[in-house]
Amino acid sequence: MTPSTQRRIFLAVSLLVAGSALTVIAGGGIGENLVYFWTPAELHQNSDKAVGATIRLGGVVQANSVDWKMEEQHLSFTVGEAAVDEATPVRVTARGAPPQMFREGIGVVVEGTMLDEGVFQADKVMVKHSNEYRAPTEGTDPQTLYATVEEL
Amino acid sequence: MISLLGRAAILVALAACSVGAVAGLYGGWKGSAEAARWSRIMAWAFFGAVTVATGLMEYALLTHDFSVHYVSQVGSLDSPVWVSIVSLWSSLEGSILFWAFILGVYAAGQAWWTRDRFPAHSSWAMGMTLVIGVFFTFLVAGIANPFGLVDPAPANGPGPNPLLQNHILMVVHPPTLYLGYVGMTVPFAMGAAALLAGNINPAWSRALRNAMMVPWGFLTAGILLGGWWSYDVLGWGGYWAWDPVENASLLPWLTATAFLHSAMLMERKEQLKGWTLTLLMGSFLLTILGTFMTRSGVFNSVHSFTQSEIGPIFLGFLAVGLVFTVVLLAARIDKLAPPTEGLAGPVTRDVAFLAQNLVFTAITFTVLLGTVWPLLNEAISGERISVGEPYFNQWAVPLGFLLVFLMGVGPALPWGRPSASAMVTRAGLPALFTVLVVGLLLALDIRAPWPLAVFGASAFALWVTIGEMLAPGLARWRSTGGSLPIALWQASLKARRRQAGYIVHLGVILVAVGIAASSGWRHVHELTMIKNETTSVGRYTLTFLGSEAVQESHRTASVARFHVSAGSNELGTLEPRMNNYPRMGSPLPAPAVYSGPREDLYLSLVQVDPRTDLVSLQAVIQPMVWWIWFGGAVMAFGTVLAAWPARKGRPA
Repeated sequence: MTPSTQRRIFLAVSLLVAGSALTVIAGGGIGENLVYFWTPAELHQNSDKAVGATIRLGGVVQANSVDWKMEEQHLSFTVGEAAVDEATPVRVTARGAPPQMFREGIGVVVEGTMLDEGVFQADKVMVKHSNEYRAPTEGTDPQTLYATVEEL
Repeated sequence: MISLLGRAAILVALAACSVGAVAGLYGGWKGSAEAARWSRIMAWAFFGAVTVATGLMEYALLTHDFSVHYVSQVGSLDSPVWVSIVSLWSSLEGSILFWAFILGVYAAGQAWWTRDRFPAHSSWAMGMTLVIGVFFTFLVAGIANPFGLVDPAPANGPGPNPLLQNHILMVVHPPTLYLGYVGMTVPFAMGAAALLAGNINPAWSRALRNAMMVPWGFLTAGILLGGWWSYDVLGWGGYWAWDPVENASLLPWLTATAFLHSAMLMERKEQLKGWTLTLLMGSFLLTILGTFMTRSGVFNSVHSFTQSEIGPIFLGFLAVGLVFTVVLLAARIDKLAPPTEGLAGPVTRDVAFLAQNLVFTAITFTVLLGTVWPLLNEAISGERISVGEPYFNQWAVPLGFLLVFLMGVGPALPWGRPSASAMVTRAGLPALFTVLVVGLLLALDIRAPWPLAVFGASAFALWVTIGEMLAPGLARWRSTGGSLPIALWQASLKARRRQAGYIVHLGVILVAVGIAASSGWRHVHELTMIKNETTSVGRYTLTFLGSEAVQESHRTASVARFHVSAGSNELGTLEPRMNNYPRMGSPLPAPAVYSGPREDLYLSLVQVDPRTDLVSLQAVIQPMVWWIWFGGAVMAFGTVLAAWPARKGRPA
């Protein structure tokens, strides 16, 4: 083996070792910092790992469930799979005012974690815009598109 | 009419690019000056044709010619003129055209710059740049054709994505980022040319570094402007969220920064050639990966507003580029001349450079892993997740600290073997200064460990950097006497690139301090106020003066007005608003910021209704955010100074 081949093998091996060590260490860090995208039903299924984990929960605000205490800046409501969800409702509490457009029956995404007592503690409450801006797809007739826009 | 002309211009550009690419590669292979000349002429023709095409598209946007497909998608009679202009890069097809245009500008610049220099490499490099030009022009001609004809033409269009209309920075931020992204093509082509030609001389090394300086500067500015936009538009009171799109722009910046430093070793001592070229070519590949991530819609993030079949094509291009780079590096690395000398020793500037490179590589690796992890996870298990900010911070904070530390230690170390006494004189004063600064901060009851560590390392780096900047002038003054300012000025003129590099370092120090302070002491207050109510937030007093509905040509808005004072100091009125765009289902808050060197007061509306007297908002108080933007300006100034072309016959 010539010295230059030896050097190259040494380089390749050390790169490999460093790379895999970094992957293992960083990969472990990822596992502890995942954000799960769950619906209320999925949250119930994963109740074993929900406490303490970061969760982005998407659902619908249930009728007659909103409680907004302005003085304490305390908001709580129930989200479910659909407009009426008897099976898997999740009670959510948050600090701060409900966002613009927030109302019963609207889709929301809340980010936070599950507390031991079975209440979801949200750091962020976002209204899910069902008609979020989308670029027109190929083949959409601009005329009809504009007509629909004007209706808004 | 414009559809037809635009399409013709694109086809001319495609033809020019293809001919020029073949001519350039042939010229490099056979050493034919005639072929090289033809490839440069074709680069100019490419530039001319894409400029005409882009001009036609801007004309169509400004005259609201809805028979042009792209205009029918993003144009609107209600858009103000500036929105019409920036609509060029507001959606997929237009932004690929814009990409091709900027590549045309760079290709012409490269043709001009290398016209009578670097005979061994310039033809290869021109050919490679035009090969990449062929790919992008091909996209504009085919799958991302913005010039399609719409018949009959609609009377009006929807206008661009509201998020992009919400702030004037949208005029500056995307072009800056594009100039950075696209500009990476030129150093990539030049690096490939070095490998294809099988040699790299100091002149070409220096040329590579200069070619990287330009896109690096734009990328730096683009990333910081992106942070500023996020801060001023998105309303959550932060500037960086480790969003995949942000990461996409950060990744090539990290490798390019590492390259700019290891290239100094390559230029000076002919060391680390293979490694340096790997960083260089990797930077370009990361820009393509970034374009793929932002343009294919694989991530469900704010920026992925265009979803199309372009994703697989970019992925294919990325794969070809990766294979080409790896094969070329493996096949040709031996041909590059061996280093003239080894590393000087364990405690030298060489080793600081090496350590800096390793830290940059580690950050790149961890950010890349965290960014693509959700994709891999969803592909394998089908479970939708994302990687949270704590993962990124847990790596970026200590590694970022290490970088600031090395930025101080590196220049304090000599190039050669240091003696112990030399080390004490070089590092003694800055170390003393660091102890003083940290002691003062501790006395002020600042205890957060990481910010404190960053402040300490910044103090050390600041002293060393300023010392290094003054050293040549002081030496000149001691030997020749005369006026000190004149000696400093003349010595600086003689070492312009070196001084410019240190100015960039000063900018980095300011940015680092700004980030450490603003993320370390961030306070969020949730408020609900009734009209004429006064409340205090931090050291500020806020009075809610009321809200009103405003009708503008392209949107409606609810504007809330707050009177702000700090103690007896009247700071004026802040007007955060909630904008409603016809195409967006929910309103977009536009925050209002009172910004200063000490701290920012940031007001973002949560809920407002002019029909009632109530308003809910978030007030965020963060210290020293201002220093991030100011440091960015310092970095930009230093980069311009470094990249400014030297007068002929006087190498910089």
